[in-house]
Amino acid sequence: MRHTFSVSSYLALKEIWRNRGRFLLVSLVIALITLLVLFIAALGEGLGNGNREYISKLEGELIVYQAKSDFLIAASRLGTDRVNEVRKVNGVADAGMIGTASATLILPGDAEPLKVALLGVEAGHVGEPPVVDGHQLTSDDGNEVIIDRNTAIRTDLAVGDELELRVTQGTEDAFFTLIIVGITDGEQYSLQPSIFVPFLTWDRVRPQSEAEINFADATANVIAVRLVDPNAAEEMQQKITDEVENVDVATLMEAIQSLPGYSAQQSTLNTQGGFTLFIGILVIGGFFQIQILQKISQIGVLKAIGTSNPIVAWASVIQIVAITIIGVAIGGLLTFLFSLSFPPTVPIVFNGTKSAIALAALLAIGPLGGLVSIRYAVRIEPLKALGLNS
Amino acid sequence: MSDNLNTNYALETRAVVKKYQADAGTIFAVNEVSLQVSAGEFVALVGPSGSGKTTMLSMLAALLKPSSGQILLDGKDLAGMNDAERVVMRREKIGFTFQANNLVPYLSAVENVELMLRLNNRLNKAGRLRARELLSRLGLSERLNNLPGQMSGGQQQRVAIARALIHNPSLVLADEPTASLDTERAYQVVETFAGLIHEQKRAGIMVTHDLRMCEYVDRVLQMQDGRLVQVYSTRAEILKLARGEKE
Repeated sequence: MRHTFSVSSYLALKEIWRNRGRFLLVSLVIALITLLVLFIAALGEGLGNGNREYISKLEGELIVYQAKSDFLIAASRLGTDRVNEVRKVNGVADAGMIGTASATLILPGDAEPLKVALLGVEAGHVGEPPVVDGHQLTSDDGNEVIIDRNTAIRTDLAVGDELELRVTQGTEDAFFTLIIVGITDGEQYSLQPSIFVPFLTWDRVRPQSEAEINFADATANVIAVRLVDPNAAEEMQQKITDEVENVDVATLMEAIQSLPGYSAQQSTLNTQGGFTLFIGILVIGGFFQIQILQKISQIGVLKAIGTSNPIVAWASVIQIVAITIIGVAIGGLLTFLFSLSFPPTVPIVFNGTKSAIALAALLAIGPLGGLVSIRYAVRIEPLKALGLNS
Repeated sequence: MSDNLNTNYALETRAVVKKYQADAGTIFAVNEVSLQVSAGEFVALVGPSGSGKTTMLSMLAALLKPSSGQILLDGKDLAGMNDAERVVMRREKIGFTFQANNLVPYLSAVENVELMLRLNNRLNKAGRLRARELLSRLGLSERLNNLPGQMSGGQQQRVAIARALIHNPSLVLADEPTASLDTERAYQVVETFAGLIHEQKRAGIMVTHDLRMCEYVDRVLQMQDGRLVQVYSTRAEILKLARGEKE
């Protein structure tokens, strides 16, 4: 076996080296496919991340919705009495109200106003993101705000700066000035950079209809719940549903899958990635098949002088794997270089696991595409290849 | 691997038959051919197109199984071997040169010759040296690192001869080795081939349609319609045949 592998490697690598121009061309095609696949994977991750980041990083296990809201955060309305009921359920460690809305950041000078996700959270409760700079919110009705790092990068705002918000309340534009007390890392929501304000402040500064302006009670969209035993999520899901009136409870994963457009977006991008890999298999398969057809007589000579089928097959496999590895390496490097040039506004995120899966799939397409040609090479009859069967 | 059978020759065939079924009935490409070749003997197999010489060569090269009969190479019957055993025989016991496209195009002259040693797991320092010496003897000392595409047809044939001999095979086969060469180069190639076969004590068989090339062989076997019809074994007979002189 060692001898077979040694001779196969020798033949495969000599051929690549002596025809390096031709093989490099195929590697470049594989590199382009790699670039495309990795970018589609990174775009999927980036878009998915932008959608789910805040929810997925919640330091809790369950989300409570208004009953029959289909796990749609924007459609759910929960009064402050509900959070107290949830907190009383045995097994709940903490619960925090979360309100979601959109607002516009007015930036100094001629800078374009920035649309942000305006999230209301309870200070010190689950739902409030941890800060990496500055400090947490100190009250539920102060003029404080924590901004996401993405917001900070785009606006050049820092801890201690004032931030001006514009929202529509009734039929008028309303402006609010808040002080940035902290910066949190990667907490986008609904594909928008986000800012976090105390819950009661949120209720005051959020966009409101004419009817809502004079409505006294603050209303959250959902309640995030941290459990005493994080492993009892399924059991607690049922318990909260049973004990708190008129609510539905989802795990974080169910909540993410229910985000508007999330599943459709991810399946679209996964399908695109799959098709690109499939095209890669066809391209590589086509190239190696044509190559085998061009060297029938050469393989015939090799077999006639006593080269065994395993050597011929392994030489093809080694050649395909080597070309694929070179192509994927070039593609990976190109992807890395391109990624450096993207601004933070482009939702591209290279996730280690997803990139590794994509790279493994890319490395597999070579041997998969070449299967037919390897089989063909093994079946070449030296007698026919050398024209000795006449 | 089949058992050793008794024979006094490097190569011996016994009543070898190769037949095919066709619409018109059974066709005997080779019919009851028995021949013997000793070590150090160079034999030409001649005959018109369709006489069965290429089929015979394919069977001797362990590329084709006979329908019946025995082909004994160093006492081992090729006819009774399976595919894997015949591959081993081709690699270890047989040297082969073909009409054209003989060489692996991405290997240099010396790498092509060394390939036989590599396949037999016998490539070492001494083997590398021997490959260079053999090519130098064939007048290719300046071409050792040239790829086949950088050499003339005659030079390529000489590399193929070196490759066919480097691993000390018992039998060396040449299928129309001069087909793509001009007369002068053809004579040179066959003369060199014959010289090495005699010197290294191999059994050599050359299939050729060019009777002039028989000048350098020890015996000529003439085939027609699948049968061995005549043997020229004296020097006078062979030279007469090679020079096209009528009896």
